[in-house]
Amino acid sequence: MTENYRNRFLREVEANVEQGEWVKMCIQCGACSGSCPLGKFWDHPPQEIFMMIRAGKRREVLTTDAMWLCTSCYNCNVRCPRGLPITHIMHGLAHYAKRQGLVPANQPTAKFARKFWDNLMTKGRVNELKLGLSLPFLNGFGQGLKVAMKNQKLGMSMLKARRMNPMEILGGHAIKDLSGFQKAIKKAEELENTRVVS
Amino acid sequence: MADEKTFAGYICTGCGIGERLDVGQLETTAKRDGKLAEVRQHPMLCSQEGVKLIQGDIAAGATHIMLAACSRRAKVEAFDFPDVALSRANLREGVIWLRPQTDERHDHNQETTQEMADDYIRMACAEVKYMNPPAPSGEQALDKTLLVVGGGMTGMTAAIEAARADYPVQLVAEEAELGGVWKDLYKRVPFQAAARDIPNGRDLDLPRPEDPGVAALAAEVAASDRISVHLGAKIAKTSGAPGRFSVDIRTDGGALTANVGAIIQASDYKPYDANQLPELAYGKTPDVITNFELERLAKKAAGRPIERPSDGKEVQSVAFIQCAGQRSDKPGHLPYCSGFCCTESIKQAIYFKDQNPGCDATILFDDLRTPGAAGEDFYRSGQQARITFAKGQVSEVIADGGLTVRFKDLILDEDTEIDCDLVVLATGQVPNAGPDPYAQLAVAKAEDAAEQARAQALLENAPPAILNLDYRQGADLPQLKHGFVDSHFICFPYETRRTGIYAAGPVRRPMDLQQAMEDAVGAAMKAIQAVENAGQGRAVHPRVGDLSYPGFRKEGCTQCQRCAVECPFGAIDEDEANYPRFNESRCRRCGTCLGACPVRVISFENYSIDTVGQQLKNLEIPDEFEEKPRILVLACENDAYPALDMAAQAANAGTELELTPWARVIPVRCLGSVNLSWITDALSNGYDGIILMGCRRDDDYQCHFVRGSALAAERMRQVGDTLQLLNLEPERVAIHEVAITDIQRAPRLINAMAHTLDKIGMSPFKF
Repeated sequence: MTENYRNRFLREVEANVEQGEWVKMCIQCGACSGSCPLGKFWDHPPQEIFMMIRAGKRREVLTTDAMWLCTSCYNCNVRCPRGLPITHIMHGLAHYAKRQGLVPANQPTAKFARKFWDNLMTKGRVNELKLGLSLPFLNGFGQGLKVAMKNQKLGMSMLKARRMNPMEILGGHAIKDLSGFQKAIKKAEELENTRVVS
Repeated sequence: MADEKTFAGYICTGCGIGERLDVGQLETTAKRDGKLAEVRQHPMLCSQEGVKLIQGDIAAGATHIMLAACSRRAKVEAFDFPDVALSRANLREGVIWLRPQTDERHDHNQETTQEMADDYIRMACAEVKYMNPPAPSGEQALDKTLLVVGGGMTGMTAAIEAARADYPVQLVAEEAELGGVWKDLYKRVPFQAAARDIPNGRDLDLPRPEDPGVAALAAEVAASDRISVHLGAKIAKTSGAPGRFSVDIRTDGGALTANVGAIIQASDYKPYDANQLPELAYGKTPDVITNFELERLAKKAAGRPIERPSDGKEVQSVAFIQCAGQRSDKPGHLPYCSGFCCTESIKQAIYFKDQNPGCDATILFDDLRTPGAAGEDFYRSGQQARITFAKGQVSEVIADGGLTVRFKDLILDEDTEIDCDLVVLATGQVPNAGPDPYAQLAVAKAEDAAEQARAQALLENAPPAILNLDYRQGADLPQLKHGFVDSHFICFPYETRRTGIYAAGPVRRPMDLQQAMEDAVGAAMKAIQAVENAGQGRAVHPRVGDLSYPGFRKEGCTQCQRCAVECPFGAIDEDEANYPRFNESRCRRCGTCLGACPVRVISFENYSIDTVGQQLKNLEIPDEFEEKPRILVLACENDAYPALDMAAQAANAGTELELTPWARVIPVRCLGSVNLSWITDALSNGYDGIILMGCRRDDDYQCHFVRGSALAAERMRQVGDTLQLLNLEPERVAIHEVAITDIQRAPRLINAMAHTLDKIGMSPFKF
């Protein structure tokens, strides 16, 4: 049990997680946990996550589903008496878990984020038609078909009002310097990865 | 004091008194029933002109003045006539403000309200007849020297503060050097909060552990030419009274007697004996130490990484266990919070972080309390240093080569453990007080066997005396809870039950260094006031400046010693023939002796059996068939009477409050001064109900004289016999605890008695 309540994981979080240097300042009052509208669905509310980080529970923290459920409502941020940027820390933790490959399998928020990212990366801009069509299918082909049928009328109206271009399905248009953009992102990823401190 | 009594009466018609009451009739009452030859009316007595009128009469020879106007608590600056006896009929707050205003001139309400005012005039006239202007006793002396007992930070601060105010100090320290229990401090918890003026500066410039200042203060004390320091010294005997204490100081080198005016007891605390914590492995390994021992370790390390005591290995991980042996009802543990250990542990954890940033420091707390100006900022400072704060309940410390602390993490709700090199137990403060003078009494008074056994154990394990008072009531300051010296912690923290002796610092309640030093300043101030007042024969708190003092009629005294036993302040000793000997400057003028005396021989010049007894006898009791009951209210002047005054103010300002017209309120100095003869007199004179209003009297007492209210309640138990003898209902006498804030409740309690009388009927003892 030598890693229990050691600073090592806290320091790792401080080095790698956005706003992670705030974790040590939590006073365990529980205002965040009480304020979270989705709190009852979280395995570990924010206050508990901060305590787990300080208790050195690296694996439990990075593999938990909890911070992926954050809807960025910022209730906790506003109410934290110590002024911790809790929402940012939650996203930072999720991001770090992803980089460490510790995201729970089939985590829907993670899957959605991936979908969004890949869509964005293809043409340097979000292809709304493709993204909008593919989202219902995240929950299985049958479910996707059902949603698509239900939204048929809405889709037709949008077509008529020229709010949706059906030709986008063929690939869609890209930004001006797509390869430059992709290069820049790749470089940024490389840089970020070299910064991982453990 | 003039031998001839010349009386003068004044009725103020201002503040609505003239409109609401028939002043002509009041004047007639004062003359006819009050037997005052001269009664003047004035539209505004408290005006310059009104005061001049009275002063003129005093100059012309008036010695006794009856003043019918507002409450005796109002306009005291205007009506300040120190050379005469003064009684005041409370027509404004006591009558018109608490009675509803009705239109018709001669309705029932007008009639009963007028009767109330007439009675207050009669009472004030009767009172003043039995009063004399008080004068100092002549035993007073001005000795500006203060004795400070204790050479710790508390004592040294008190000594320095007194010396700076030009009062010489005799400082007696038990130890061979100054610093006392604080001298091992490596650093102290900071005294000041973070910079407030910097925008968003909350986390900038956070307070850090700072130099304890012990050596500097000790040097200042040693250098002061107004402070005589006696090291390795004990007090063999303290006798006398404020203004003229005589203290025998014994040192290794010899003995001396010092005369001092007042005493500050700053004997601080003793560290808790951690040997009573075997479950935390204290004593099993040198690597489990107390917070007090860690200070020594840190002082030795002097900025280098702290080494653990067993093998000298540099500490890489340390766990602090808060509330060790504290806030627990287990035998041998301290039931209270010592109030200093949370910030102390944060400070000590910062030692480790400062000297070795890689060292892990965990503070296992149940509740983290960080008092003081720096408190919350210092906590933040500790968090910035990456101290791990874990809310946990420690079950045990296992020492098998290494150290393992087993605990339940209360946030994560799991049983877990930490391995560490060093465990620090945050142990508490045990008051360094002498034996409780009332320990023997507690054994005698115990209500059951268990309580008696506890009291007996306390008596047998009493620590050696510190002050060695030569008082009949015992050798040291009385205690309230957990061995801490009693202080009136709600209102007057430094006051003890021994006048002129002030307790400061952790001897009166657990506290940290900053609080102890602030306490010392307060106590020094109080001691200075005490010597100055003693020099003029005046009382100290709460009847500040009062010149009256108790005396007794020797022929009547039965030497029963009840006054000496019951005096809460140990003011009364006995002479060789067992007659009481009043030490005026120890007296707080509460009148508890007067209330205690079964033969009614004790009195003050301006407050006696007669000044109250004659008031309640000299009013008109309507006969049984008039259906106008009379309720006697004896209200403590400290809380209950002001509460009634404030109720009157509130009613005058529009709040719906009124007082039954049957009530006749007499202020008393303290319920402890209520003599049972007043109650029996009132009952046999035809009062239908009696209410006693005093202060809260349990462990969280608010009685200004500490024991007065409790003594009154004890005495009132005997009233039951009188009631039975007279064949009266027990509901006719009630005793209530009233706080100064009970503005609505105080009149309601009296009105409730009127309601009760409606049901049980009038007293048959009307003549």
